[in-house]
Amino acid sequence: MLDALVLLWSVTTLTFVLIHLAPGDPASLLIAPTASADEVARQRALLGLDAPLLVQYGRWLLSLLRGDMGNSLALSRPVTRVIADALPVSLLLGVSSLALSFAGGILVGAVQALRVGRRTDTAITILTTTAYAAPSFWLSLALVAIATTGASRLGVPAWMRLPAFGLHEPAALATGFDAWRDLARHALLPLLVLSVPGIAGVARFARQTLLDASRAPHVQAARARGLPRRRLEARYVMRTAWSPLVVLFGLMLPGVIAGSVFVEQIFAWPGLGRAMMTAIASRDYPVVLGLTLVYAAVVIVSNLVADLAVMQLDPRRRDAQRMASEARA
Amino acid sequence: MTATRPTASRATIGAKTRARSATPSDPRLVAASGVLVLLVIGAVVLPFTATHDPSRIGDVLATRLVPPFARDGTGVWHLLGTDAFGRDVLMRLWLAARISLGVGVAGSVFAAVVGVALGAIAAWRGGAVERLILAIGDALLAVPRLVLLLVIAALWGPGLGVVIAVLGVTGWMSIMRLVRSEVLGVRVLPFVEGATALGIPSRRVLWRHVLPNALGSATVAITLGVGNAIVLESGLSFLGLGIQPPAASWGNMISGGREWLLIAPWIALAPGVLLIVTVVACTVVGDALATPKAR
Repeated sequence: MLDALVLLWSVTTLTFVLIHLAPGDPASLLIAPTASADEVARQRALLGLDAPLLVQYGRWLLSLLRGDMGNSLALSRPVTRVIADALPVSLLLGVSSLALSFAGGILVGAVQALRVGRRTDTAITILTTTAYAAPSFWLSLALVAIATTGASRLGVPAWMRLPAFGLHEPAALATGFDAWRDLARHALLPLLVLSVPGIAGVARFARQTLLDASRAPHVQAARARGLPRRRLEARYVMRTAWSPLVVLFGLMLPGVIAGSVFVEQIFAWPGLGRAMMTAIASRDYPVVLGLTLVYAAVVIVSNLVADLAVMQLDPRRRDAQRMASEARA
Repeated sequence: MTATRPTASRATIGAKTRARSATPSDPRLVAASGVLVLLVIGAVVLPFTATHDPSRIGDVLATRLVPPFARDGTGVWHLLGTDAFGRDVLMRLWLAARISLGVGVAGSVFAAVVGVALGAIAAWRGGAVERLILAIGDALLAVPRLVLLLVIAALWGPGLGVVIAVLGVTGWMSIMRLVRSEVLGVRVLPFVEGATALGIPSRRVLWRHVLPNALGSATVAITLGVGNAIVLESGLSFLGLGIQPPAASWGNMISGGREWLLIAPWIALAPGVLLIVTVVACTVVGDALATPKAR
């Protein structure tokens, strides 16, 4: 726990140093380009950018301990508000695509593992390797082209075509069920873009993990005892493969908020990735710092969760842990 | 880009022993390396064969947005059509391949050099130096690589050098950890003791005797890193933070074709196909090195 906090602190310090080392001045971006040096200096003082770097760092760290991330330079709103507004949008995309990727990926991987070496397996491997390699921004554009001009050229009725950007119809007035339906229609393409490579990646990993598991000594022993195949796959192979899959889940968890930078940019979803792009472009230091902190916190917590989950899932580690604590007592 | 690349971590498991047993006759390895060699040859040679300078903008109105397999207003035939400025998409694709492949390789070589050097130093020196290197590595690993790339590339301004540097700065951590653990394992072997006993200076023992024996698993990680770096470069260029037009890279070609997507989709979609082929080939090479088919 303490390790995690130290790590979080070092990430923020590193980011602080990085962005202040970089060329560019937020003050001069905020006022007219014709402003005199005097006016720029006044603007800098107003933003607190005239203080020595160490003082600025101290100030930022102190207010952070009070749960205050400062104010956005460009938007003059609290950074916590900027993040709170963007987070649900990214979470909506991230959580649903992670769930889809995992469920779909394990299913596809299992199908391959059951038919290993046969034509189905090879065909799916080619598919997943290609889908996994497709960059999300290219996939987005390809899908938009298909869903818009492609669909209209093929004569697909208008109500079946999908909107290419935004969270909802312009000036959406729909309420209740209609509003949800509208959101779902808008979310379908971004979700597809995020899930297709996700499913492919998980499937590639799941296939190999399941194959490794079915070659484990205790599984081979169970097979030699003549256990029915169905029971063998479900009880022995799946349980053995479970902990590497949980580790993968932990590794993918940060993708819930960090994976959608391109997709948010292309489909104009006002999430964290878009907030980050905007903040970087306007040298909005507090927002960049705040967002990096959120990203790092999610990564660190995900790693912790994965470690703990594996500890619980793997009886060998669980027992080792218990014995160690008993020995200490 | 959404999923963390699971193969990278898998490849490291026992990669050292497996890497050696990868026979050159593995059909996957042969096919994928063949594709990569063809891509490189294409990138180097094909732009020289162009009858028209692929970056020159001529009679825009007569030549722009010609669909694939068609002749433009001046009678020149284009296999993949032309873009909004009347430039031949196919030729620009190969011109862009030079930058995309070059930057991908240069970025991962840079990351590999930094990672190997820091990993070796950390394991060899130990103490405060090791703790500092590990702490910086952990801090950088705690931020998603894409976010880190965006922050650094955007703040330092776009450009070829910045992209390569950024790929190196954000890519060395896992290689450093691999090399460090390998060096820690090798340094206790008898031949190292022997070399030290012969009076060979410590630095020379590290670089000449220990390190060559500790690079097995790092090689696989570096190979897998190339494909990743190519995708990241194209992503940065797509967002306008990487290679700047008029220089062509697959990423900025896709970005440039975006506004013509609805009337001329080939401009944005063609570079992606080549990009996917490249990345698939890199992945297959990495896979084949990491887990050769049992014979």
